[in-house]
Amino acid sequence: MTPIRPWLLILILAVTAGCQTPVAAPDDTLYQDLGARSGIADVVEELLYLIVDDDRINRQFRGLDVVSFHRHLTDQLCQLAGGPCTYSGRAMRPLHAEMAITDTEFNALTENLVLAMERNGIATGVQNRLLARLIALYPEVRNL
Amino acid sequence: MTAFRLVLACLTLLLSTAGQASPGSRLWATGGVTTIDGSAGGGLVPWALLSGYASDREWGGTLALSRLESDDYSLDVAAASFNWRNRLELSIGRQTLDLDSLVFALKEDFGLEQDQLRQDIVGAKLRLWGDVLYSPLGQWSLGLQHKRNRTFLVPEAIGARDDQGTDVYLSASKLLFAAVLDRNLLLNATVRATRANQGGLLGFGGDRNNDHELMAEASVGVFLNRHWLVGLEYRQKPDNLTFADEQDWWDLFLAWVPDRRLAVTAAWVDLGDIAGLQHQQGAYVSLQVSF
Ligand code: HEM
Repeated sequence: MTPIRPWLLILILAVTAGCQTPVAAPDDTLYQDLGARSGIADVVEELLYLIVDDDRINRQFRGLDVVSFHRHLTDQLCQLAGGPCTYSGRAMRPLHAEMAITDTEFNALTENLVLAMERNGIATGVQNRLLARLIALYPEVRNL
Repeated sequence: MTAFRLVLACLTLLLSTAGQASPGSRLWATGGVTTIDGSAGGGLVPWALLSGYASDREWGGTLALSRLESDDYSLDVAAASFNWRNRLELSIGRQTLDLDSLVFALKEDFGLEQDQLRQDIVGAKLRLWGDVLYSPLGQWSLGLQHKRNRTFLVPEAIGARDDQGTDVYLSASKLLFAAVLDRNLLLNATVRATRANQGGLLGFGGDRNNDHELMAEASVGVFLNRHWLVGLEYRQKPDNLTFADEQDWWDLFLAWVPDRRLAVTAAWVDLGDIAGLQHQQGAYVSLQVSF
């Protein structure tokens, strides 16, 4: 064994360890700013009231399992915001594809979400940060 | 001023019947406001956004009255637009430029008795692709503005070749969520083919150039929240007339959108030299109602 080998080994270990260690705790500032899971749950509850009152989209939600929808959407937003939740509902694209959601409906839902956040006192900047992450789901929801 | 009065009457009527059906489903302020050419955009620059709030299953439109007062001129604009399914925007606008201080010079130097320049503009804008909020590459639209002078004496006297012309433009707009201090940032870029002098108020074409040229226009805005948009606009312009040097336009604007029905825009505008009168700067105010 040449003397170089141990050094090489140490070097490799150091480099790979550097890649693996401090897997920085996931950034959950958005989750915290939204008021953690209970804050998000309040927003989703308010959103449900707004949906029911909105003639542009309430047809789509007829016969909804409210409890399951509330839990799943709350988990999804929580996860998206960097919180300690795991979404356990159905996959976005197949679930929404059969509804053939229009832009009008998508806009209506976004509007209701913004209003729901506003009514829960979520600051403009925090709303914007959540929206920035949510719009990535647009192609799946509209099945584009 | 009959167009102005007509738009004012309809606008008042619309405002007084407010509170009924909502103008459309697109999010607040995503129809921009009404430009001086009647197309949706900022004050001076058209954006790729289509007017009002109609989304893909809706129709709607806007009415707007605007006034710009520079050191030596004042411009009034009455405009109306119609939006079909957020796909096609049709607009009409009438501009009236009061020559104020130029009236004497015109009489002395040219023997012209004219105290106003007037122009009508018919516009169409087609959304080609994308959505300003949801598409990563933003929204793209192709537009045209056909402009006709209703008073051609003055433009002709200073060397304009035609009393009508058509601008064609391509615009891209994109909203970036939470981009500046967690505020949403609106970016717009427009390329326009035009031979209009001072947007057409001084006719079309001239001795220096008589062809369509490509001009770059841009604006940047920040949404302080969903009711307030503050921003900057730039519009490059041709310089076709030896008699009347022309500069690019700039403005700094603040738009207030209390709800979808109403938008109020105020701006500080720098128009450069106009028909020999130098450094025209001033204030711009615009009132828009959506239906
Ligand atoms: C970014 C936008 C959207 C997100 C993140 C989203 C998310 C979700 C989630 C998490 C669920 C629950 C899935 C489950 O329980 O397995 C759901 C269900 C549902 N969504 Fe969406 N959605 C969006 C837009 C829309 C729009 C625009 C509509 C229609 C107006 C819509 C209509 C529905 C309906 C009707 C259900 C219930 C389906 C059922 O339980 O059978 N969604 N959505």
